[in-house]
Amino acid sequence: MPAVQETVERVKRIDVDQYRYGFETLIESDKAPKGLSEETVKFISEKKNEPAWMLQWRLEAYRRWLTMTEPTWARVDYPKIDFQDLYYYSAPKPKKTITSLDEIDPEILKTYEKLGIPLREVAMLEGVEPKPGDQDPNRRKIAVDAVFDSVSVATTFKAELKKAGVIFMPISEAIREHPELVQKYLGSVVPTSDNFYATLNSAVFSDGSFVYVPPGVRCPMELSTYFRINERNTGQFERTLIIADKGAYVSYLEGCTAPQRDENQLHAAVVELVAHDDAEIKYSTVQNWYPGNSEGKGGIYNFVTKRGDCRGDRSKISWTQVETGSAITWKYPSCILRGDNSSGEFYSIAISNGYQQVDSGTKMIHLGKNTSSRIISKGIAAGKSQNTYRGLVTAHRKATGARNFTACDSLLIGDKCGAHTVPYIEAKNSSATFEHEATTSKISEDVLFYCIQRGLSQEEAVGLVVNGFVKDVLQQLPMEFAVEAQKLISISLEGSVG
Amino acid sequence: MALLEVKDLKVRVEEREILHGLTLTVNEGQVHAIMGPNGSGKSTLSHVIAGKPGYEVTGGQILFRGEDLLEMSPDVRAAKGVFLAFQYPVEIPGVATMTFLRTALNAQRKARGESEYSTPDFLKKVREVSKSLGIPQDMLKRGVNVGFSGGEKKRNEVLQMALFEPSLCILDEMDSGLDIDALRIAADGVNALRSPERAMVVITHYQRLLNYIVPDVVHVMSKGRVVKSGGKELALELEASGYAQFEDAA
Ligand SMILES: Nc1ncnc2c1ncn2[C@@H]1O[C@H](COP(=O)(O)OP(=O)(O)OP(=O)(O)O)[C@@H](O)[C@H]1O
Ligand SMILES: [Mg+2]
Repeated sequence: MPAVQETVERVKRIDVDQYRYGFETLIESDKAPKGLSEETVKFISEKKNEPAWMLQWRLEAYRRWLTMTEPTWARVDYPKIDFQDLYYYSAPKPKKTITSLDEIDPEILKTYEKLGIPLREVAMLEGVEPKPGDQDPNRRKIAVDAVFDSVSVATTFKAELKKAGVIFMPISEAIREHPELVQKYLGSVVPTSDNFYATLNSAVFSDGSFVYVPPGVRCPMELSTYFRINERNTGQFERTLIIADKGAYVSYLEGCTAPQRDENQLHAAVVELVAHDDAEIKYSTVQNWYPGNSEGKGGIYNFVTKRGDCRGDRSKISWTQVETGSAITWKYPSCILRGDNSSGEFYSIAISNGYQQVDSGTKMIHLGKNTSSRIISKGIAAGKSQNTYRGLVTAHRKATGARNFTACDSLLIGDKCGAHTVPYIEAKNSSATFEHEATTSKISEDVLFYCIQRGLSQEEAVGLVVNGFVKDVLQQLPMEFAVEAQKLISISLEGSVG
Repeated sequence: MALLEVKDLKVRVEEREILHGLTLTVNEGQVHAIMGPNGSGKSTLSHVIAGKPGYEVTGGQILFRGEDLLEMSPDVRAAKGVFLAFQYPVEIPGVATMTFLRTALNAQRKARGESEYSTPDFLKKVREVSKSLGIPQDMLKRGVNVGFSGGEKKRNEVLQMALFEPSLCILDEMDSGLDIDALRIAADGVNALRSPERAMVVITHYQRLLNYIVPDVVHVMSKGRVVKSGGKELALELEASGYAQFEDAA
């Protein structure tokens, strides 16, 4: 059997068992009543002890949402979602108010341990934190904010960050402790009326992370959030808001997993980034939500709005994503290049297998003078999956000297999958230079055989070739994440060959 | 002892029979040369021995140390010591040559139940071998064969052969695309690997290579069969009179 044929055969046999993170944690939880209404919104707001302005903001979003319809333009196909059949809030029932890691439900800690997330500071000290005098920059610290279903369960390294002036906390806490910052920035990048899912999120978001880096501060460690969906029929609606003030720098990592279930779970997050003059934000995601089983049953519906605002001159926002999971991905991390000489980057690896559907890409909106953007997208489709890159690059009339470079490469494994490239380019002034390159290729039998002749198994060969294909993007990830991502790519393709 | 026995091998590609009952026995320690006109099936034979998909074996058998090679997957054959230096080595973008060498070597060792090489041991070994083949270190940082010249690609094949220490080396037109100096360096590399346990099958169009790698046996292939076998003087004879006389025999 030719190698690719064999790959296809094996893809057919992939099973839910191969999703490594498909375990469920048995804990008591505190849920909102099923369905969506003003009551649900009030319930959530009350649970969070929110100030009145926050509730008003949510209710406005909810009312707006009632007038909106689900978008249908993406190349994804799924049964209609019954928004009244979901739970919009689920919190692990705390025994009492949590003040330190020791008080967190050990079941939850165990879950994070299984996921390999260094939540315990002890583990951090052994693993990631450099020893005193150890200057190896590759052994950097990572502060973790872990979101379990809808609430943040712990934020590590809070004190040390505080010393640097960095605020890193669950957004629910920030709403109470830093209302002036939240009020100023929340919804300023993704307005409550932005799109169906973002509006829904604005009404019911339950938690997420908040980061503020003050002027001139370089955040002393990588910040990281892990999301995990555990409850049945729970929508997870996180809200993340990151602000880098003038001359500040922050690198933020986001990782996701979910237990496997037959029914689909909805995930509709909103991420807003604001970079002021000379500030830089690097946002990296490794997403491996449960993709569904071999018949396309179950899996996460991932409808996410991520947008960065390069508000200041010479500011920079860089999105890097490794997308391997979810049944459906609808995601376009974007940059608004408002400040003069600002720049935006989008580096993406999107792998689809089984019956997964990915419609992802970016928008680069050039508004300021001499702005530049760069898009490197690598799509890998295997099994019966569909993988679409959708990108928009526009230059406003006043955006003189705008530059964009886009390269979209797609790799097909087998012949029952599809890769599609949908670029929209719009230059409203003549000084813009936009370059676009796109390639689609099938994984080569000859290359696979060459590797196998040298002793690699079929799986290892596919993994090696794919890792080579995505190398340009992997290099953009912070060290710790790159290694993890590389493994993840091999794991998600392991499904594709047996 | 016979290392490789190909018995009455019949192979089809896309409904067309290419090898029509080919027989060949290679003993440990021997070097065999296979010569023959374009399209006579030399590369096909090497691919079938290595286990490349897309070939249908309709008759005969291939034994490797007495074991049925055709029952083994190609990576198992590699781990058992079958190495094919390709006529057209492929490029693998984004995979550094060094990474590739290490991944492959460790995969083979693991399959044989041996321990993985430690990083210093591995680096030392690669340095040694690449130096003797005149391969600069920074070439090893580049993607496998990406942007390599024809000669560099062939040298990279010999490098892998030296590193993996296989027991059967099949060299498919190793000399094509090599300049005279590179040919000598590569041939020296191959000769250094000659040993009483190891056998080589050298496929070539030119007698010149056999001045450097002196064969024990020379076979002439034509139209999917071995039509004549002899000593090294057979190659000289071919050089003088061409293949025409054998084509009739086939
Ligand atoms: N995949 C294929 N599909 C169809 N025909 C093939 C295929 N591979 C090989 N052949 C045919 O099989 C015959 C033998 O080819 P092969 O490459 O083995 O010859 P060769 O002796 O190595 O030639 P050369 O000296 O030119 O390298 C040729 O006629 C070739 O066209
Ligand atoms: Mg040939």
